[in-house]
Amino acid sequence: MSSEAHTSADYIKHHLQNLTYGQLPDGTWGVAHSAEEAKAMGFWALNLDTFIMSLLLGAVFMFMFRSATKSITTGAPSGLQNFCEWAIEFIDNSVRGSFSGKNDMIGPLALTVFFWVFSMNLMDLLPIDYIPLLMGALGVPFFKIVPSTDPNATFGMAIGVFLLVLYYSVKIKGVGGFVGELTLQPFGKWGMPVNLLLEGVNLIAKPISLALRLFGNMYAGEMIFILIALMGGAWAGMSLGGVTLYGSQILLSLGWAIFHILIVTLQAFIFMTLTIVYLDMAHQEHH
Amino acid sequence: MNINATLLAQTVMFALFVWFCMKFVWPPIMAALEQRRKQIADGLADAERAKHDLELAAKRSAEILREAKEKAGEIVNNGEKRASEIVEEAKAQAKIEGDRIITGAKAEIDQEVFRAKEQLRTQVSAIALAGAGKILGREIDAKAHNDLLDKLVAEI
Repeated sequence: MSSEAHTSADYIKHHLQNLTYGQLPDGTWGVAHSAEEAKAMGFWALNLDTFIMSLLLGAVFMFMFRSATKSITTGAPSGLQNFCEWAIEFIDNSVRGSFSGKNDMIGPLALTVFFWVFSMNLMDLLPIDYIPLLMGALGVPFFKIVPSTDPNATFGMAIGVFLLVLYYSVKIKGVGGFVGELTLQPFGKWGMPVNLLLEGVNLIAKPISLALRLFGNMYAGEMIFILIALMGGAWAGMSLGGVTLYGSQILLSLGWAIFHILIVTLQAFIFMTLTIVYLDMAHQEHH
Repeated sequence: MNINATLLAQTVMFALFVWFCMKFVWPPIMAALEQRRKQIADGLADAERAKHDLELAAKRSAEILREAKEKAGEIVNNGEKRASEIVEEAKAQAKIEGDRIITGAKAEIDQEVFRAKEQLRTQVSAIALAGAGKILGREIDAKAHNDLLDKLVAEI
């Protein structure tokens, strides 16, 4: 790879481009082969890589826990069962800590959210060139393996949580109660428009912050991986600087990857905790 | 996209990363899991042992109860046996006493009979003497004929 800025930009763009399926400019349906083509598809297009990876990881999660329950024993748990029990205990404690209402769905929801987000984030730790190169060899133009760097995925989940928040708000408080919560506070009934504005922003901010926090963190992390990878690639050459950069690329990406173990777990945990907290707020009559 | 040394760097980095995880991330997780497993296993073993102990204690108490019952039965049996023995002894003693009393009485009766006989004999001899005196018409010298009389008395 040469040191031309054009190529570096291409490299970054290539890594940040989803594999998009939609209507091509010539009217047929297919996979976009460039960012411009993908953009031209408009709203009615699918990011196949996000789709495939998130489904795959969800399936892995389900398969793992399912196989743990198949060989379940009431005795001392070992191996996978031990791990799953540990994880469930951890999630259960989190739910008990922040959810005060009574809803049997919250625990499984939190478990699923945590492990799904966690496994999606975990894909970030794979070397960024591996899968795209492999896919390139197979003739697939783009492949982003971290679904949580795609805002479609994070907003998808956040909207799912938001719908649950709306559903439980109405279910627990009734339509009147929910509307009252939005319009009658904090300033009483004479400040209704102001109340609605404040509470509306408050409500809408929930899914947006949920989605953008995860997306932002993972996207930035991915971006830094790309930039570190560029460092070695862009300056590859048998000069002293080239060798130093090449070596520091290894060390930097190693350091970033190690640091990322924390981010990956933390972001999954935050997403889960916020999901629980938002649903807890939806379950509270007065706040 | 073309393959270049970046791939190599990433591979080295990935190998190092995997090594790091194996060395520093994996063991604490495994240790925590192992500790959890051990704790549960210990708890279960303790529960099992307590259950076993309880079973043993129940068995032992049942055995002790059974033994006590047996002993009590034995004591009652012994008591009964002893009581019947005492009754038998008393019966035997009473019989002996009775026999002794009967023997005494018999001896006394014999003695009485003997005495009566003796008296009768003396009286009969007196009557005989008197009768003989009347028949002979004269007084028989009791002293002179004493030996005769005694003979007669002995004959009666």
